[in-house]
Amino acid sequence: MKLARIACAGAIHAAQPQRLADGRSGVLLTDGRSLAEEEVVWLPPLEVGTIIALGLNYAEHAKELAFTKSEEPLVFLKGPGTVLGHRGVTRRPAGVKFMHYECELAVVVGRSARGVHRADAFQHIAGYCIANDYAIRDYLENWYRPNLRVKNRDGATVLGPWLVDAADIADPGNLGLRTYVNGKLVQQGNTRDMITDVPALIEYLSSFMTLAAGDVILTGTPEGVVNVDVGDEVVCEIDGMGRLQNTIVGDQLFGR
Amino acid sequence: MPLSPCIAIPMEVPPYHLSGTVYGALLNHRTALQALGDSINQPPYRAAPQAPVLYIKPRNTLATCGAPVVVPPGVAELEVGASLGLVIGRPSCKLAENRALEYVAGYLIVNDVTVPHLSYYRPSIPFKARDGFCPLGPRVVPRAAIANPDKLTIRIYLNGELREEVSTTQLVRPVAKLLADVTDFMTLSPGDVLAVGVAYPAPQARAGERVCIEIDGIGRLENTFVGGPA
Repeated sequence: MKLARIACAGAIHAAQPQRLADGRSGVLLTDGRSLAEEEVVWLPPLEVGTIIALGLNYAEHAKELAFTKSEEPLVFLKGPGTVLGHRGVTRRPAGVKFMHYECELAVVVGRSARGVHRADAFQHIAGYCIANDYAIRDYLENWYRPNLRVKNRDGATVLGPWLVDAADIADPGNLGLRTYVNGKLVQQGNTRDMITDVPALIEYLSSFMTLAAGDVILTGTPEGVVNVDVGDEVVCEIDGMGRLQNTIVGDQLFGR
Repeated sequence: MPLSPCIAIPMEVPPYHLSGTVYGALLNHRTALQALGDSINQPPYRAAPQAPVLYIKPRNTLATCGAPVVVPPGVAELEVGASLGLVIGRPSCKLAENRALEYVAGYLIVNDVTVPHLSYYRPSIPFKARDGFCPLGPRVVPRAAIANPDKLTIRIYLNGELREEVSTTQLVRPVAKLLADVTDFMTLSPGDVLAVGVAYPAPQARAGERVCIEIDGIGRLENTFVGGPA
């Protein structure tokens, strides 16, 4: 099952994706209403707990940056204020030179995990989302790199469009990921190329911290990140999970 | 999937409870920056920090006054990262320095417990994000109770003996400036905590030691370090 969280007509609802009678993409609310995709406001599919992100977790991307598998996974944390739903807008500050998307498989923890062996890891997963974890490289500093000013910006972690039940994803270790900017394919990869795969990540993280229901693991992005500009429409896609859309906007909308 | 509630810390001003997100400012105490000497200009850092460098103490680390702190196997001592913590009262985005304090609901003590390590190049998650590694408290005192957050003495006691006395007068970015610079790139929400900076050298404590951090006007945050399984 795919479960979205949307706002419409004065309330927040759970909704499932649905093809409307006229062929458009839409959602079916639990109260029976059917609405087109653009008629609702898409919220992040869950209230997130701790957000744990992986850097340099794809072989090709890491090779470019001389990161080897013998090192511990590069893990950083993000706050809840950075999360944004499907079809939202993300601000690109004036004057920056390199802001890029990162299409990632997001793993949502469903059950507490502490000291979990990788063979048991799937019992702790509720489901998966698509994530687009923006970075602004202009702000990169070599202190706790990647520092929060690069990776923890308001509305710069797009999550959705919905939560896909773990049972519906046969193998999270073999999913194609693609990013399109204004319809043009710019990033392509497969989760089989992760350096530390999903069960190994749960084993690693739960070896030193307790993961709890609602925690989200952003598992890293493959190669192929390019700059995006104001007005660009960015769509991240993962096999069997849907398409996550976002639009880049300028400072003006935010009164800056 | 409702989130489990955040730890309860007595707080008698809005928003009455913490959000569960704790941020800390790295190297925001002059003693910590000075201790690095010229290495800040050498690889891998290559330059002093420009914008505030923050870290996050995730919700699994949060603990109350009195909770034991587990020293992991294979680790002799843990750093006691004593800091003043600001508790945010209102959504805080792009604050002006001269109005920033108005967005603070109150203050508490933060113990940013850390496994000692040498490099600040990569985020130190396995060293900082272990369960129970962020005692907070003992309560949130309202903003009005503290005349000047940039003029507070922090005392750290181990087994009742004073080990270190540091002051918030030595912050690289004083409280209002830190809030202005942080909220320029990210919004802080009601109930968020911002630890303003740990002094160097942070005292180290081993299993069996009673750790107390005291800030005048806020109180004493006491936790015992214990041995135990990972």
